[in-house]
Amino acid sequence: MEDEAFSNISGKAISLDCQTHSSFCREFTVSSPKMSIGKVMVYTCSVWLIAYAVFFFTENTTVLSSAILITLTGMMLHIHFVKVDHESLLVIGSLGIQVSSSYASGREVTTFIEMSRIKDIVINEAVYLNQIIYYLCVLLKEPSEPNVVSSVVPLFQSSKPRLNCLAKVYESCQDILSNHNENKWFFCGHTFASVTWQM
Amino acid sequence: MVLKIFFPQCCNRAESGLLVGRWISGHDSAVVLAVIHYPFIPAQVKQYIQQMQAQSRVDLSVLGSWSLPKDGQEGMESFLRDLSTIFPQERWLQIRRQFGKTGFSCEVLSRDQICRKDPGEKAEKKKKSEEDGGDAEREDEEKVIFIHYEQRKVMLSQLHPVEAQESGSGSEPHSELRQVFGTVARSQPLFVLDRYDDGPLRSTHWQSEGREASIVVELLKQASVPLGLLLSRMLSVWTWICSARILSVFPLRFLSSKLSTCVQLSYRTERLQTLCAPQGAPQGAPQGAPQGAAHMDFMRKANVLVSILLDISLGVLLMSWLYRNQNIAMLASNMVPAADRVAQQLEELLQWLMGAPAGLKMNRALDQVLGRFFLYHIHLWISYIHLMAPFIQGILWYGGLSACLGLTFALSLLSDMVALFTFHIYCFYVYGARLYCLKIYGLSSLWRLFRGKKWNVLRQRVDSCSYDLDQLFIGTLLFTILLFLLPTTALYYLVFTLLRLVVVLFQGVLHLSVDFINSFPLFAMALRICRPYRLAEGVKFRVLCEEPGTALHLLMEINPLKCSSVVQTYRTPTYSCYPRDSWAALVKKLFIGELIYPWRRKTTKSD
Repeated sequence: MEDEAFSNISGKAISLDCQTHSSFCREFTVSSPKMSIGKVMVYTCSVWLIAYAVFFFTENTTVLSSAILITLTGMMLHIHFVKVDHESLLVIGSLGIQVSSSYASGREVTTFIEMSRIKDIVINEAVYLNQIIYYLCVLLKEPSEPNVVSSVVPLFQSSKPRLNCLAKVYESCQDILSNHNENKWFFCGHTFASVTWQM
Repeated sequence: MVLKIFFPQCCNRAESGLLVGRWISGHDSAVVLAVIHYPFIPAQVKQYIQQMQAQSRVDLSVLGSWSLPKDGQEGMESFLRDLSTIFPQERWLQIRRQFGKTGFSCEVLSRDQICRKDPGEKAEKKKKSEEDGGDAEREDEEKVIFIHYEQRKVMLSQLHPVEAQESGSGSEPHSELRQVFGTVARSQPLFVLDRYDDGPLRSTHWQSEGREASIVVELLKQASVPLGLLLSRMLSVWTWICSARILSVFPLRFLSSKLSTCVQLSYRTERLQTLCAPQGAPQGAPQGAPQGAAHMDFMRKANVLVSILLDISLGVLLMSWLYRNQNIAMLASNMVPAADRVAQQLEELLQWLMGAPAGLKMNRALDQVLGRFFLYHIHLWISYIHLMAPFIQGILWYGGLSACLGLTFALSLLSDMVALFTFHIYCFYVYGARLYCLKIYGLSSLWRLFRGKKWNVLRQRVDSCSYDLDQLFIGTLLFTILLFLLPTTALYYLVFTLLRLVVVLFQGVLHLSVDFINSFPLFAMALRICRPYRLAEGVKFRVLCEEPGTALHLLMEINPLKCSSVVQTYRTPTYSCYPRDSWAALVKKLFIGELIYPWRRKTTKSD
């Protein structure tokens, strides 16, 4: 249970929480920076100022009530569908990997990937405009074709931690995945994936 | 290697006894299905297991022993240990739990050597019971994960994407979870023995407190057999009538393929036939995939039935509104004046076109010809409507009866009636389009002549050509005439194309709603909302034991399928009308004057 000062790729502070439930089961939780009150107030005030201006010209009260409704529904939709509170990765040796992201409203979206479908966990590099971004991803394979990577599942897409945080997670995961062998090598996959990073 | 034991939650407080289940090959895991209690006779247990194996086609075996000693049963453990010699297995599991202390401990004995692993007492944080700290001892050698699952939900659930074919020549699916789910689902005969049975064995599983059944479901099952027979008989008579030779005469066949009511009728007949068809594979087929096929079959039939029922109830609702308070008479009496108003507005439109529409100066003679031609058509149509006026109420009354077959039929009938009543607009559109098309064709050809070029049909390209003087003279004359007559024709064409597009849009909306009612999987969606564990996308795990160094207890919950995937997977295929051309091709066709038939009907493929 460590909490160092990590940051995401935009520079905002995030926190990493590692829980070791057993020698082959670990859980990593990365918490995104919270919504700032200032930003919320700025948006709300601007919407209402515009609504007041329109009301001043049209003298129609439905403009005001619709502005209120829009603000409320917009905030509700944002915290339910957009704002991610924390993302977690649960690695259970010989069973699989569970990736889950929970939103600010409490909604959780979970995916479990079985061990037979996992080829490896690597850190990839992506080039986006003028930045090089590191991301942790799971390489999947079909059980019938063990040498072919069938798809790539990127992890921690909303919190986007930096390389030092990813390296810690990577080391712990490789520990478990390679059957408890001591993994001292710090390996970074130099695949220049020109994958468009979904911001 | 880590050993995974899938343990049902209902057996957490079961009395001591034998664990019955299945070893999953290749993944080093075991599924516990039931616990058979002491006292028992080993021969009877073996016989019971063989019987169950034959019925369920699952590779059952005795996995080990379970001990939850109550007061006065201290000698149980050594007795249960000796049982490993009676039931010879590769590995023998000994799971122990202390009453009052919430902890599982497991010893694994392999057949040849009795290598005892150090038992560690584990503290388990269960949801309802209180926390209890235990001594934490490190397990260095063999590790065990206990995965708790809720037996009833896993039994009823179906993992998606459904594998309806045998994966790889009858072998087991590669996925461990699929094997677990399949095992529990196929072990239904094992869950029939409950505690009110007077047999020689007592067992604990999810149904051991008493078998669950629903009177409504049983009654429906009994009633569905004769009803299905009756329906299939009626359907065979109906299809025999429909395929009579007299109805295959050319005009009727062509009409019936164009009228949406007939199409909807044949579609509904087809759907009812799939409903009454007997099930594909018998239940006792070998393990794995046919269960997926049976599930898809069941879902398809249920979706069709619920859709048809919804359709009919909506139709009856429409009928109840239509046939009360003289609504039909009101509709009929409004219809003729409405048609009159439409005709009047068309006439006004034509008069406007014949004058100087939007300030454009038309060619007088052509204008008058076209305008008078179309006015005469409108006059004919109005007389036709007035002739039909007394019969409209009757037509509406009998047409409304079709709503008892379903709302889709009423909508298709409405769409057909709209098509018939706007037939004159269709005619105008065709005339205008043909005229315009000819003009454009002539113009393009004469334009090439004007420039001294010619279309080479052989080489499919434009070549230069030297014309004679009289050819050039006449060609240029004709070209000028056509060019200056172009605005008039183009205007008429534009107006009638727009009218036609409005009608097509309206018909399109009707067809879309019919398609939606036909294809939406209402049963699957209701199942997803009310019983989300039945349609599973995957599983999710939650860690129950929090302390490091002790054995791991996980809770396996079912992750239900997303609503969009439900619609995509279970959508009933229909004869859907979708646009034949892309937007660009449509605009191009409009520009050239080619006749457009925007909706193309997809024929349903038979399974």
